[in-house]
Amino acid sequence: MTKVLSVRDLAVTFQTRRGTVDAVRGISFDLAKGEILGIVGESGSGKSVTSYALMRILDAGGVIKAGDATYSGTDLRRASERDMCDIRGREISMIFQNPRAALNPIRKVGHQIEDVLRQHARATRYDARAKAIAALEAVRINDAEARYNAYPFELSGGMCQRIVCAIALACDPRLLIADEPTTGLDITTQKAVMDLVRDLIRERRMSSILITHDLGLAAQYCDRIMVMKDGMIVEQGDPLQIFSAPQHPYSRKLVDATPRAGETVRSLLPPGDRRKELVPAISDQPLLEVRNLTKTYAGKSGPVHAVKGISFAVNLGQCVGLVGESGCGKSTTSEILVRLMDATSGQVIFDGEDIAQVPARSFAKDPRRADIQMVFQDATDSLNPRHTARQTIAEPLRRLGGIRGAKLTARIEELAALVGLPLPLLDRFSHQLSGGQKARVGIARAIALDPKFLILDEPTAALDVSIQAVVLNLLVDLRAKLGLSYLFVSHDLHVVRLLCDHVIVMKDGEIVEQGAAADVMSQPKSDYTKSLLAAAPKPPERR
Amino acid sequence: MTETSQEAAARTSSGFDHTLYILRANPVTLVAFGMFALLIFSAVFGPSLVPYDPLATNASNALQPPSAEHWFGTDNVGRDVFSRVIVATRLDLSISVAAVTLSFVVGSVLGCIAGYWGGWPDIILNRFLDTIMAFPLFVLAMGIVAALGNTIENIIYATAIINMPFYARLVRAEVNIRRDAGFVRAAKLAGNSDLRVLALHIFPNALPPMMVQVSLNLGWAILNAAGLSFIGLGVSPPTAEWGIMVAEGANFIVSGEWWLAVFPGLWLMIAVFTFNLLGDGLRDIVDPRQRT
Repeated sequence: MTKVLSVRDLAVTFQTRRGTVDAVRGISFDLAKGEILGIVGESGSGKSVTSYALMRILDAGGVIKAGDATYSGTDLRRASERDMCDIRGREISMIFQNPRAALNPIRKVGHQIEDVLRQHARATRYDARAKAIAALEAVRINDAEARYNAYPFELSGGMCQRIVCAIALACDPRLLIADEPTTGLDITTQKAVMDLVRDLIRERRMSSILITHDLGLAAQYCDRIMVMKDGMIVEQGDPLQIFSAPQHPYSRKLVDATPRAGETVRSLLPPGDRRKELVPAISDQPLLEVRNLTKTYAGKSGPVHAVKGISFAVNLGQCVGLVGESGCGKSTTSEILVRLMDATSGQVIFDGEDIAQVPARSFAKDPRRADIQMVFQDATDSLNPRHTARQTIAEPLRRLGGIRGAKLTARIEELAALVGLPLPLLDRFSHQLSGGQKARVGIARAIALDPKFLILDEPTAALDVSIQAVVLNLLVDLRAKLGLSYLFVSHDLHVVRLLCDHVIVMKDGEIVEQGAAADVMSQPKSDYTKSLLAAAPKPPERR
Repeated sequence: MTETSQEAAARTSSGFDHTLYILRANPVTLVAFGMFALLIFSAVFGPSLVPYDPLATNASNALQPPSAEHWFGTDNVGRDVFSRVIVATRLDLSISVAAVTLSFVVGSVLGCIAGYWGGWPDIILNRFLDTIMAFPLFVLAMGIVAALGNTIENIIYATAIINMPFYARLVRAEVNIRRDAGFVRAAKLAGNSDLRVLALHIFPNALPPMMVQVSLNLGWAILNAAGLSFIGLGVSPPTAEWGIMVAEGANFIVSGEWWLAVFPGLWLMIAVFTFNLLGDGLRDIVDPRQRT
């Protein structure tokens, strides 16, 4: 087997305000011709930095401190910048995480492909257009002639990622590095993009490195997986072996935390932390009833029907999952239920009264404000950058609860203990907290006033899997302990199944299917639900 | 990557530590703060420390070049230029601080309303600001002072009016991008009314860029006030003020008595320079995200 890429003891450091930080600490690996290698790790593990180091596009302050990286005889560490320019794009190409950010927003996508082709002398002024269209066709874009003239903002996220692929593959590179290529894409789009990338790699016999935080995704698409933690490789091997018999404790933790069919929320945790699951009391009485809810926006080209008359109920103590892909109206629905937005028509019966009658702008003064709370999707965005964790949690307690002084301090510390936030962290600003800690602050704030109904808007979407496991378990415990009812909004059916008793699947503002979670997962009735289930990455079964 | 590594090392640091760090890491800021302290000191204590009465004339001692006795020389009626320059600091700083405070407050309120609620208040405000900015600003200030009358208050109002659009625009933009942020929605869920959300949650987040604007503006405002006095509007002689002193001294440059105009001009320049340098440092201190 011929080696395309050989990395020996690669170490990368960053110069920061607090001194030197070791991002990658001496990693070695080889990549064979035609192989797809998955690098899996959580944020801060050094997986992206490794790829940037190979391309020599490290951020300011980052240097390759030691080691070697050889790509078919070329020393990537010592090659001149001019040689690297030739290698980037022509020999080694990269697909970036956020396709929208990777494309120039004010240039037509066709021209952006031409740029790469002409940069590497693969096309002349006369045939560039034809070659660009061919490149678009290669990534299976329908009507490539028309798309050639599109700007990135006119295309969907999945389409943008295809364009990025087309740019990356335009010059027939021998090695493709894909850095979280599907993060932020819908699950069906993720499958389409990943299938496409895999097929193209196989067709052109390229080698590839897939960098991802999703072990399940890596297992499905890679020949070999490398697990990274704190800048070191802790384990490598073929996907099946890593899933069935992980050697290193960290890879075992990752495997455990990856949601799969047939697992419970507790089995996401390391075996030592699996306490007995508390059983929540679910009553038959509806706490919240939604009747014929509609929301219509005035769009530029006519009215946009975001929610088209949906009805459902959430019983006391129940956890209802609201599943759908972006644009299905699930966020609009949750905004209306939490009374941040007014519905166009319909009723929201909460505790026997229609709260949709109270306009959203004056609901802050409504006595039921404390009963309906929300945990936001992006924990970073939902914390005021100028407030410490303590101030953030204190906010609802002071405003709605009228709690002050020593009682306030006591309640904040009680909440911190409840969500598992160490007390010294309370006086930190949000940027000084990790993703999981921020999520805990957000949850503590939402449950501060003992609400009856909590809307969870993808509370784990931005979190690493091991932290997601902990947060999901925390939510399960809190629900049983405090007798909460949840509306869990998510795009991930596997996560929804772990938490919810009842599932609602939404598409284009309508409910396409609803029923008991187990039934919907095992015998989906609608085609849409079936396609959602099929698109989710299927990690190998554990033996 | 770097972010998480820093998080691991993050400590809770007080605002004071942070200020010290900023000053240590950035010598230019340290110099700017030193000069600023000096300006404040001469504004507060200057009048009681200067060697001569800034208004006392002494015809026998007129137009003396700089010497050990009169560091900056004396003017055409024998007043000590050094004393006048130092004493003028208080007046010039007060005018600029008052004008900038006024435009900061008014601009922030208007910008907040326009940025948060949008709609017709936003449209009206924007056209109003466009109208102000369509005038050459200094000419507008001249017009205002000429129309309202030659007083220090009117210089302050005129300076405030010509600076206000910059604040309103800046605040409007900063508020607008945060209007739908997660923490704003969370604040509403915590029972905050729109007004409270705006004042306590959104506005403080607009402060870092505002600080840069304030500091630059203090410099401009001094220049503006001095400029108005220079052309004979605003502060009237014999009050010690840099603009008038430059204006009066300018007549004597041709005959070789350069110190009359140069020293007040130099002080004016130092003041403007200080405020321009101060901006970046102030922003770093006000922004909690810089505290890692």
